[in-house]
Formats: sequence, structure tokens, C-alpha cells
Amino acid sequence: MPVVAKFEITYTQFLDEHGKAQQELPEFAADADEMARMYRFMHLTRVFDRRCINLQRTGQVNTIASSHGHEAAHIGLAAAMRPEDVLAPSYREHGAVIWRGVRMSQLLAVWGGDERGHDWDGARRDFPYCVPIATQCLHAAGAALALKMRGEEACAVAMCGDGATSEGAFYEALNAAGAMKLPVVFWVTNNRYAISMPVEGQTGAETLAQKAIAVGIHGEQVDGNDLIAVRNAAETALRRARSGGGASLVEALSYRLGDHTTADDATRYRPDEEVEQAARRAPLHRMKRFMQERFGWTDEQEEALIGELEAEVEREVEAYLATPKPNIEDIFEHQFANMPAALKAQREIARRYPVPDHG
Amino acid sequence: MANLTLVEAVNQALAWEMAHDDSVVVFGEDVGVNGGVFRATVGLQEKFGAERVFDTPLAEAMIAGLSVGMATQGFKPVPEIQFMGFIYPALDQIISHASRMRNRTRGRLTCPMVLRAPFGTGIRAPEHHSESTEALFAHMPGVRVVIPSSPVRAYGLLLSAIRDPDPVVFLEPKRIYRAFRQEVPDNGEGLPLDKAFVTRPGTDVTLISWGASALENWNAAGELADEGIDCEVVDLATVSPIDKDTILESVSRTGRAVIVHEAAVSGGLGGEVAAILASEGLYSLEAPVIRVGGYDAVPPLARMEYGYIPGVQRIKDAVHECMES
Repeated sequence: MPVVAKFEITYTQFLDEHGKAQQELPEFAADADEMARMYRFMHLTRVFDRRCINLQRTGQVNTIASSHGHEAAHIGLAAAMRPEDVLAPSYREHGAVIWRGVRMSQLLAVWGGDERGHDWDGARRDFPYCVPIATQCLHAAGAALALKMRGEEACAVAMCGDGATSEGAFYEALNAAGAMKLPVVFWVTNNRYAISMPVEGQTGAETLAQKAIAVGIHGEQVDGNDLIAVRNAAETALRRARSGGGASLVEALSYRLGDHTTADDATRYRPDEEVEQAARRAPLHRMKRFMQERFGWTDEQEEALIGELEAEVEREVEAYLATPKPNIEDIFEHQFANMPAALKAQREIARRYPVPDHG
Repeated sequence: MANLTLVEAVNQALAWEMAHDDSVVVFGEDVGVNGGVFRATVGLQEKFGAERVFDTPLAEAMIAGLSVGMATQGFKPVPEIQFMGFIYPALDQIISHASRMRNRTRGRLTCPMVLRAPFGTGIRAPEHHSESTEALFAHMPGVRVVIPSSPVRAYGLLLSAIRDPDPVVFLEPKRIYRAFRQEVPDNGEGLPLDKAFVTRPGTDVTLISWGASALENWNAAGELADEGIDCEVVDLATVSPIDKDTILESVSRTGRAVIVHEAAVSGGLGGEVAAILASEGLYSLEAPVIRVGGYDAVPPLARMEYGYIPGVQRIKDAVHECMES
């Protein structure tokens, strides 16, 4: 019988878990400044993340999603993007959005229950955090269509997790991107868990990357804990999109080292040994080794960097905590461009009632 | 007899029915190993096995559609949608299929399924975790919408919902999942669907609500009693179809009605209750019917959520307005 279709999915890794190069490295990896910049942001993400958990435990922000373990998968992609590209994140990509200019105090506002955080700095046409799983993939496809129709040399990027690949919206976005040849990159950080569900429960497929094949777009898998593999794959996919070569799906293999959110307790559904093992493959470890060996990075530099980042995060935390509370009127202001009379009347009622604090 | 919270009563009802009816299956996101993000299904997989209590891929349309498929073939699926804010991909399956399979096939195929979802504000959650869109479901013919507001009613109503031959959307007010405890006998006795419950008898004004607003209604009624205003408090429980008799009977005695719900007031089910009172109870009314609801705004994030939903003071003010008319 004739074979009418077949496919293969490549897996790319440049650095092994000890930071040793497995193959010839791409050009950017020799750029000490650029590598240091990415490394700095990976640490910033980690420091910020740790502080967020602490703020949640002390009641200063609400439920928050940790990005612990995703530092390479998020920073490597963000670093490959251009400011004019459009990012549609899910809700865990703190490092990526901070890279794109969002202030940490604004992210804290979002997680602290204050909508004003989403009116964020940096890439002003990026989408806000998106909680309904996979729905942002369609927005990225739509944004890509807009960029294509206007002839802009830019592309859209959707970031999601492994769980999202089971949603209809994910398939529909991929399929639209294939059918319309859209300049978009779908970036799946496969961190192995959708809350308690391991990725094996999401699909019978060997890889998530191969879902690209069914819709006629490029698909590949990379080591998502390897900053160099991430950045390289992201650059290639973004170039493909910008140059009219169509959409890509990149599956970055990683591991969620934290709980799903602060409302979750992952010890209920996964063994400690598994987490410990994954922690040994964590992206920061191998980047540190790489930085030491390639660029003579020292422990003193590392210590100084972390101290500097902790101070930077602290300034943002202070800015967040010093932000005056929103007013109840604010909930009416942005429902429509022009507030209908009926809503104005409700705003008058709302003004009469103080908003109780609740803890 | 067990002293249970509302969410524990849900768990107890699921366990009872699974033990007594082999056709009941429970599934959804994180309901198995993890026992549900609110622990509503905790222990069920251990008790009844991973074939009857299982985790699904992350896809709400699939969860609802799978339920329709199973229900038509002799099972009684009790799927969980993790939060009401994520239920919308499932709407197509509910409105296009679950609600009308019986009608489309003239009764040949039916959908005895219960789609459970926590709803409402109050837990300082991220966006999309605070919705109260029960009116969307109430507007679908062929679907019952049931909302418990106490542990006892959670247990009894969920049992009846599972035993009902038609689809039920069972919405659980997560703000009061653990707000208080009640003795809930584990005797397998259901409570009637399509029936409202008078939870506090009174003579001056009828306060009608469902879900977590019951809490504010009781508190308001307590404070108003100190002022000499005797409120009758009614929990609608089944919000579609609405038990007209109970509310009309109550208002025939009190002559006044205030309807309270968390959902946005315009297009909310308070309008449906008010319409029933206007068309069938007009001659009992001594004052205009007043609705107190969430404002017509997107449910705000945590900082403002308690400013959005009707608080005790707003309810008391509405009662005063009603008493003075």
C-alpha cells in the first residue's frame, strides 16, 4: 500500500544537564553580553517568583502561579522576539513578560486582584495574561492575520502549557494558522503537569509537537531547560513566520518545579523523588555551569547578581504595596468606551457603599 | 450523623449514589487522584476505582460531550467543570445536545447527567474564577439548574439531581463551601427539585435568593429583626424551573419582595422572579418588587469583589425602601 504521509519530529538540545555542549553552538551563544543578559533575567524570574510565593503566604497577593523551572523556556523565547512582535501569554510566563517591559509591580497588581496591573508597560499591544486555557492561541492567530494583512514584518506568539493542547481552541488556532499560512509561533512549555494530570493523560501521542503535522505547520521539540536550544528554536520559528514561511509549533520540554499555583499542593499527586530528580535538570544549574566554563562567571558575581536582583524586586514590591487601592467606581469605567446611562446610575449606587476588606 | 460543610456534603452525596447506583460515573479535571481542586471528589477514586472516577484531558467541551455520549448509552455521568468561568466551551454541548436530545429523538435517547461546577465570587481567586452566569443555563429549555445554599440542601438536591432522568446543571456556591457546618444524615434521601425552601419564616417582607447570597440574606434578616422588621427568607434552590407556588404564597402573606443575587442584575434571574410576581402576584403586592444584584460589570478581581456583590447593607437598604413604599 502506498504511504501517503509520514513525519518525523526532531528534538534539539545544545547543553546537557551539566551545561556541557553536545554540539556546535549557535552564534549568539558566544556573545557574552547577550548570554549574561538572559542569565540575569532567568535569575530575576526566580527571585521574583520566590518573593511572589512569600507575598502570597503573608496575604499580600492572592493565588499566584509559580514559573519555577520555566526560566529558560520563557526567557529564551522572549529574548528571540522583537518588540514589535505580539505576545499572547497564558498566566505563568512572568519572565517573558518582564523581559518585554512589564513592571513587576504591575504583575503583582494582577495577582493582587487589581485590574490596573494589566494596563502594563512595555509591549503595549501584547495580550494580557489569559486564564481560560488555550483561548489565547486563537488570539495569536488573529493577531498574526492582522499583521499579515497589514504587511508588517512581525509575528505573533502564543504561549501555553501541555494541558492546553487538549483544548479545542488549541487545535482550531493551529489549524487556522496552517490553512491561512499565518505568521505565528505556538510555544508549548510542556512542564509535564496540568495541575495534577501528567502529560501522558492528555494525549496518546508521543510528542505534543507532532500535533503540528495534522494541520500542516512545522513542529519540533526542544529541551526547554536548555536556554540555548530554546533561543535557537525560537529564533528559527520566528524567522520562518516573519519571512512568510508559515507557522510553527515548538514543544519545549521542561518540568513544573513548583505547585500549579499557591492554591495547589502537588505532593498529593506526584512523588518527591520525581521533583528532586527534575530539579537536578533545572535550567539555572546548567546555565551557571555554562557561564562559568565559557565566560569565567564566578560565585562572587553570582552572589552579587542575586543581591542586586533581590533589591530590584524589593523596589517593585514596595511600589506595588504603596499603590493606593482601586475605587469601586473603577469597576464601571472600562465596561464600554461611553458609559451607558444605566451603568452611571449603578455607579452612583455603588459609591454609597464602602468596599469591605476580606481576608 | 456527620457535621459537614457544603463541599463535604457534595462529596457525601456523590459517594452515596456511587455506592448505590453502578451507572454513576464521576470525571473531570483533577477530580481523581487530586480529589478535585476544592476536594469535592476526594476519596471517591479510592472507593470506587479509577474506572468510575477518572481524570480527563483538559477540555471542557469534551467533558460535556463525553457526558452526553455516555448518558444516552445508559450511564449517569456526573462530570465536574473546575470553575464556572471555564464552562463556556461546554455550552455548545449543553445547549445543542444535552438539553434537547430527549426532544430531538422523541424520548428515544435521554441525557440523565449532572454537570457540577463551583461558581460565584468570594475566594480572592484570579480572573474567570468568580462568575455567576446561572441565567445562561436557566435560559436553556430542557435543562434544570439547581443551586444548593446549605450542606443539607447540597446533599439532598445533588442526590435528586443524579436520580433525575434529565440533565441538571448543578452550581455550587464556592464562597460558602466551607462557611458553616450542618448535621447531614447520610441516609440517601433526596430533596425535591423544582421546589423553593423557606429558610426563615416571617411576615413583613420576602427575601428571595439562591447560592451564596443566602448568607447575606440571613444576616440582613437577623439585623432587620432587631429593628422590628420580620423577613421571610426563601432559597430558590432550583432556579430553573422556578417554584412559583412557594414565592407567590410567601408574597401573598408579606406583600413585599426583595430579590438578591450575585449575578449581574440586568438579565439576571431576579428579573424572572419579578416577572412571576408581577404577572401572577400583582394583587398581593403592597410595594414594588426590588432587585439587588451584582452590578452590570465584569466581576472584578479580588480587591473589589465584595463591593460588587450585594452586601448586607445594600439588602437592608432595599428592604427599608420596600417597607417605606
